[in-house]
Amino acid sequence: MSVVIVGAGQAGFQTALSLRSAGYAEPVTIVGDEPHLPYQRPPLSKGFLLGKQAIESAVLRPESFYAAQRIEVLAGDRAVAIDRVSRRVILSSGAHCDYQKLVLATGASVRRLPHQGIVYLRTREDAIELKQRIENAGTIAVVGGGFIGLEVAAAARALDREVRVYEMQNRLMPRSVSPVVSEFFREVHASHGVEICLSAPALAPQADLIVAGIGVVPNVELAREAGLPVGNGIVVDEHLRTADENIFAVGDCAEHPNPFAGARTRLESVQNAVDQAKVAAANIAGRSEAYRAVPWFWTDQFDVKLQMAGLSGGADDEAVRGDPQARKFSVFYFRNGRLIAVDSINRAGEHLIARKLLAAGARLAPEQAADESFDLKALTAQE
Amino acid sequence: MPLFGKKETASITYISHSGVVSRADVPIGDSVMEGAIKNNIDGIVAECGGNCQCGTCHVYVEPQFLGRLKPIQEDENEMLNTTACPRQPNSRLGCQIEVTKALDGLVVHTPLTQV
Repeated sequence: MSVVIVGAGQAGFQTALSLRSAGYAEPVTIVGDEPHLPYQRPPLSKGFLLGKQAIESAVLRPESFYAAQRIEVLAGDRAVAIDRVSRRVILSSGAHCDYQKLVLATGASVRRLPHQGIVYLRTREDAIELKQRIENAGTIAVVGGGFIGLEVAAAARALDREVRVYEMQNRLMPRSVSPVVSEFFREVHASHGVEICLSAPALAPQADLIVAGIGVVPNVELAREAGLPVGNGIVVDEHLRTADENIFAVGDCAEHPNPFAGARTRLESVQNAVDQAKVAAANIAGRSEAYRAVPWFWTDQFDVKLQMAGLSGGADDEAVRGDPQARKFSVFYFRNGRLIAVDSINRAGEHLIARKLLAAGARLAPEQAADESFDLKALTAQE
Repeated sequence: MPLFGKKETASITYISHSGVVSRADVPIGDSVMEGAIKNNIDGIVAECGGNCQCGTCHVYVEPQFLGRLKPIQEDENEMLNTTACPRQPNSRLGCQIEVTKALDGLVVHTPLTQV
């Protein structure tokens, strides 16, 4: 018996860790194309750019940990093909790994613009380059007003650079939050001196440095070439198994049935990577678990912490709790009278309560959500 | 990984709810949370990886050390009100305690559960 994990990001790392926690004693190998031990990406666009966090501190575990846990990490090698009949992964170095169970945690790659000279942010090398380029740039154009673009804009502005953000839609973070939250963040950025250009045309702006954060595309080629079904990601069932019972897919690359989306979807988040890895590891270790974790996300921009629980797409009603002017509020989203998501701004406690309410399927009316005297925590205890 | 000289560390002791005592030499600058997970010490979950987002690295700090810690920030304060095990006057989030030389010998207790 042995498990091979393709991908050394958060999902690949957690799969190995959870296999060992579940008592799985056979060989476990992680293959990653980046020449590093697994590291976490969130600090790359936040603390690292700001100079508050060393790049090394993003490393998830030291080398001694993998030795002690008997997890082999093949860093800097790339899986190029899967032979499903002989259960073998072929690597770019010419080496190969035989597996009993294979986990695809191949992640995603940045979407690129056709222009030359644009900087992107995904990997550790990207972050090191971006930090250096920010230091040497007077004016910075950020293409894309999503999480990554806005985090980079906030960091660059905090470093006193002239920053302009170009978003094609008519509001910030349009895929993730409601207009009230978008508008709040537009004001936050404007108050710090970031120029926000909404409904911007798709062309390369003029600046010393152009950074694009315009989304990612899942890495599905390996799966597709192996004949596995691919949609908006590698297709898996609720147990995170692909059409091949010996192959799982987890994290950014996996298109999975999600009860909170009410549909098949693909999520790009630490939460999804970690929780899917745990489910896949449990299933490999002989249990039968389905993925049904509450989705949650976060972004830090300037002194504002935005935390999102649930999936707000398809909401037909919303309620604001607290005062946006006071920079502390949450937006509760409802569909067909049921709570489906909560975005919390500088309300970390309410975010944790929201996750519990969503996990329990708690009944909450919009009027109750908007009423600050209504005790949400008591509701979590009831459920 | 190459080690360029020995990093300065502080000795941190973690005592689990059931009384298991684990001691680790944690590099100065790392957090109490990192000290636990990098040394495979149970009792701290750190779902978010130490970014002050999840409240699953709750620890009870031996009271004699409380005065040496940086004050609690607002987000940490809010999350401590929502942890799985009840907040006590000596509750902190492990990811928000940066290990310093002054904390050499620190003792923290981990709660029964973090989630």
